[in-house]
Amino acid sequence: MSAAPRDLLRESFIELTARERARAVLDAGSFRELLGPFDRLESPWLPLQGIVCQADDGAVIARGTIGGEPAVVTAIESAFQGGSIGEVSGSKIAAALELALADCERGKIVRPVVLFETGGVRLQEANLGLAVISEIQAAIVALRAHVPVVGVIAGMVGCFGGMSLAAGLCSYLVMTKQGRLGMNGPEVIEQEAGIEELDASDRRHVWQLIGGEQRTATGFADALVEDAVDDVHAAVRAAFACGVPEAHRTEQVEAYLAKLAQIDPASVAPGTMRAAFGSTLLTSRGETA
Amino acid sequence: MNDTTLSRGARWLHALADDGARDAGGGPVRYADAPLGGETARFIAVVPDAGNRFVRARENVVGLEQGWRLAQAVRAAIAEDASSPTRRPIVAIVDVKSQAYGYREEMLGIHLACAAAVDAYASARLAGHPVIALIVGPAMSGAFLAHGYQANRIVALDAAGTMVHAMGKEAAARVTRRSVESLDALGETIVPMSYTMASFGKLGLLDQLIEGVDADAPSAEQTSRVRDVLAQMVREARMDRRDLSHRLQSDAATRTRAASIEVRKRLAQQWDAD
Repeated sequence: MSAAPRDLLRESFIELTARERARAVLDAGSFRELLGPFDRLESPWLPLQGIVCQADDGAVIARGTIGGEPAVVTAIESAFQGGSIGEVSGSKIAAALELALADCERGKIVRPVVLFETGGVRLQEANLGLAVISEIQAAIVALRAHVPVVGVIAGMVGCFGGMSLAAGLCSYLVMTKQGRLGMNGPEVIEQEAGIEELDASDRRHVWQLIGGEQRTATGFADALVEDAVDDVHAAVRAAFACGVPEAHRTEQVEAYLAKLAQIDPASVAPGTMRAAFGSTLLTSRGETA
Repeated sequence: MNDTTLSRGARWLHALADDGARDAGGGPVRYADAPLGGETARFIAVVPDAGNRFVRARENVVGLEQGWRLAQAVRAAIAEDASSPTRRPIVAIVDVKSQAYGYREEMLGIHLACAAAVDAYASARLAGHPVIALIVGPAMSGAFLAHGYQANRIVALDAAGTMVHAMGKEAAARVTRRSVESLDALGETIVPMSYTMASFGKLGLLDQLIEGVDADAPSAEQTSRVRDVLAQMVREARMDRRDLSHRLQSDAATRTRAASIEVRKRLAQQWDAD
């Protein structure tokens, strides 16, 4: 789906706000926001530290339909505190997934989508950010037994920290070339391990390591799409059409241990690791090692 | 093994499960099955591994192999009990100072290795295994997410060196451009910013703080008391739901996590269109 010639008139997905992204993923005309800005559920912790709140705390929850089926989209707004997860923004996402789970358990399938754009825990809410991320993860694991959980990492912030684990738990991941997926951001690695470990200012190198193209080529994501609303919209539907995978990536423990065993840490590079970590495109998921 | 070189995680694994004698070879993830409250529980610890081929993952951190091997240890228990009416308790002995920070770790998908551990613990809980986290050292950030934070119940030793946080103190001070001292002061007024176990308890996330135990050299009486607490937590977990809703039900959570509770209440009201 990335082979189509780029039409200059196509609308960019990356340039959209979280709210516009949620609307773009849902079927046309079906968007209904829950706990929107007028509900004014804000962070109780930021004002205590002299930081101005945002009325939606940087998370947009929207109901609607995807391919005509009931759906819920949770979208993180990178323009507010770098998309960081606070008590309220994280609880909105966890609660939306928990409600989708409750519906699924009653036989009412709800298609869940998470639009990741986050550096991870909001440091000003530290332990509560970490706690709500564990709750988001718990909800994804329970929910994906009933229905695929589809994640999108479009960019430009990417998906890092504890939320990268949440992305790893998703049934299917859609990425753009501009998207990045990693547990520790490049700056964190440079700071913790030194510039000889990783030069965070070398953008080309960073994208070769954790960018969308490499992540799909090595099976950590399932679909690489252009930065276009139409392509993201279509990829999300293609993912749901695949149904619940036989074995989620995180369940393929022996296969991944076997892949790791093939790796020589002294010489491994983004190009050479592709031999051991093949892609798992949407149509050919399953144990491959 | 030279007792003075043991990490806290290793020490507590030996203290609680020495009879199990099923330490899974060497490597950074050790586990053993041992008696707990009249049944057999699986105890799992992440320990330093000086010879690990991934050089950024040689201390008590969660790296690539640690994540996948945790998943393997937990999933083995799930598989062994799949046809049994009783699912054995799983105790995560938590002494993990961080995830592994490295170039190779990111390239080879440390996020997925840690997610696999999260998945395994969550799946065990959903399958009816009482999952208990026993914090005996640092429980930091992504490492705690991978090893302990999916537990039905969380208990901790009240001892120097036990802490839960999203970021190491020095790194947090750098990122927020504060001194370590001012970070400590901030933690006294902003509860989720604090590094102390007492503050973690105020968030409703800690089920019991176990006092009067020497974390580095527990006596037989102290070890036995910790075992009793774990057995009590197992009994509670078996009578409770298999999700994490318990975390929002304590008096502490009602006070400190009012926003988490309010979000869930109001989202449920708006969930279905009129």
